[in-house]
Amino acid sequence: MNTISDAFLLSLQMMLHLEPELLRIVGLSLRVSLTAVVIGSLIGLPLGALLALTRFPGRNACIVVLNACMGLPPVVVGLIVYLLLSRSGPLGPLGWLFSPAGMVMAQVVLITPIVAALSRQTVADLWIEYEEQLRSLGLTPLKAIITLLWDGRFSLSTAVLAGFGRAIAEVGAIIIVGGNIAGYTRTMTTAISLETSRGDLALAMALGIVLLAIAIGINATATTLGNAARRRQGA
Amino acid sequence: MHARTSLLPLRLDDVSYRIDGQELIRNITLDFDAGAPTLVLGPNGAGKSLLLRLCHGLIRPSTGRVQWQGAAAQNPETLRFGQAMVFQKPVLLRRSVLANVIFPLHLRGLDKATQMAKAMAALERVGLAALADRPARVLSGGEQQRLALARAWALEPQILFLDEPAAALDPSATRQVEAIIDSIGRGGTKIVMTTHDLGQARRLAGEVIFLHRGAVAERTAADRFFDNPQSEAAAAFLRGDLTW
Repeated sequence: MNTISDAFLLSLQMMLHLEPELLRIVGLSLRVSLTAVVIGSLIGLPLGALLALTRFPGRNACIVVLNACMGLPPVVVGLIVYLLLSRSGPLGPLGWLFSPAGMVMAQVVLITPIVAALSRQTVADLWIEYEEQLRSLGLTPLKAIITLLWDGRFSLSTAVLAGFGRAIAEVGAIIIVGGNIAGYTRTMTTAISLETSRGDLALAMALGIVLLAIAIGINATATTLGNAARRRQGA
Repeated sequence: MHARTSLLPLRLDDVSYRIDGQELIRNITLDFDAGAPTLVLGPNGAGKSLLLRLCHGLIRPSTGRVQWQGAAAQNPETLRFGQAMVFQKPVLLRRSVLANVIFPLHLRGLDKATQMAKAMAALERVGLAALADRPARVLSGGEQQRLALARAWALEPQILFLDEPAAALDPSATRQVEAIIDSIGRGGTKIVMTTHDLGQARRLAGEVIFLHRGAVAERTAADRFFDNPQSEAAAAFLRGDLTW
């Protein structure tokens, strides 16, 4: 009981003083996860829309695999990306192992299926409503995909947020690929894991609180902005 | 309308449409040419909407052919862009009123100034210019349908298909929609429209195609159809008997 309250007070102090180490860790976490979300969305949104619109043999199998990939175990992804990036692996020459770039790559692998699977559902629902009208207006499939992604933007932001939530919260993949190097690849989650096992509960707790605050803050902002825009559009 | 080579006539040659072994359209042979509005009448399930979709190319016939016989039909661009359709429930993009009209004009590769001029002119004609910046989806049902009509009108199609465009509207919105359809027709666009509202058909029709169980029961000039239908099915429909 004492440990918790002590750790809590200490963590408040660290946050109030904006400790440089804390800031560095939080900054790297955001940089890695936001980059991963941008890349994962650039791949996942069009991929999901494509799967929603096209019909080809094996499409259902693709969707099942994609949906299953939403639950990829981070440690397994970490291991695979580790093997790809290791010195003797096919991507070894990039020199991304134990670097933020490698962590971004691992998170992109985790996020892309989530964004793609969720956006496929959203776009498929919208396509039911729009299909005849868009075909009547003479849209090519590519134009149709762009139109659907734009018109589904409010619902699709949920898919992107889900991807971000996954990225900012996971520890298994980035601790393997990044190596939790202090001042270089240490993020909030890897630091919490390390500090807890080392017994420095204050830093772990401070990071935990910041992590929760960021997660709640980003979701609240997105939901508020999204709802306001949605109401304006009557969508 | 400016001079251009025509897509019309449109010919349906022994067209049938089946789903799951059910023949919903049976051996229809019809020609559509420029001229007064064609109203497609018939009870629910007679195949009115399917006929329009077959003409517009949204669905393909199971057997038979849909052929555009005008010289301009050789050009795939003209074929794609020379026709338009307005649906019973207007499908509006989640954008502003103006952006909804500009959207297909942009697809046609017109320059920005022309897009804007055509879109605003069309909105003006349907009485929505003042609402140009509103999000389309917050408009009332009648305004939404007028917007869908403006979007089609701005394209200056040679032929416009309308599937029960006023079915979900109140009388005053219906009158506005009918006036717009009438103007589009007078501008030189061939109107092909379904309705189950006899009063509306009387007001708009130049000729009537009466469908019964997926087949054409008769095709008659409007002034004769309502007083002197040629088929028993149409006569029963006009009397208000429950037919199907």
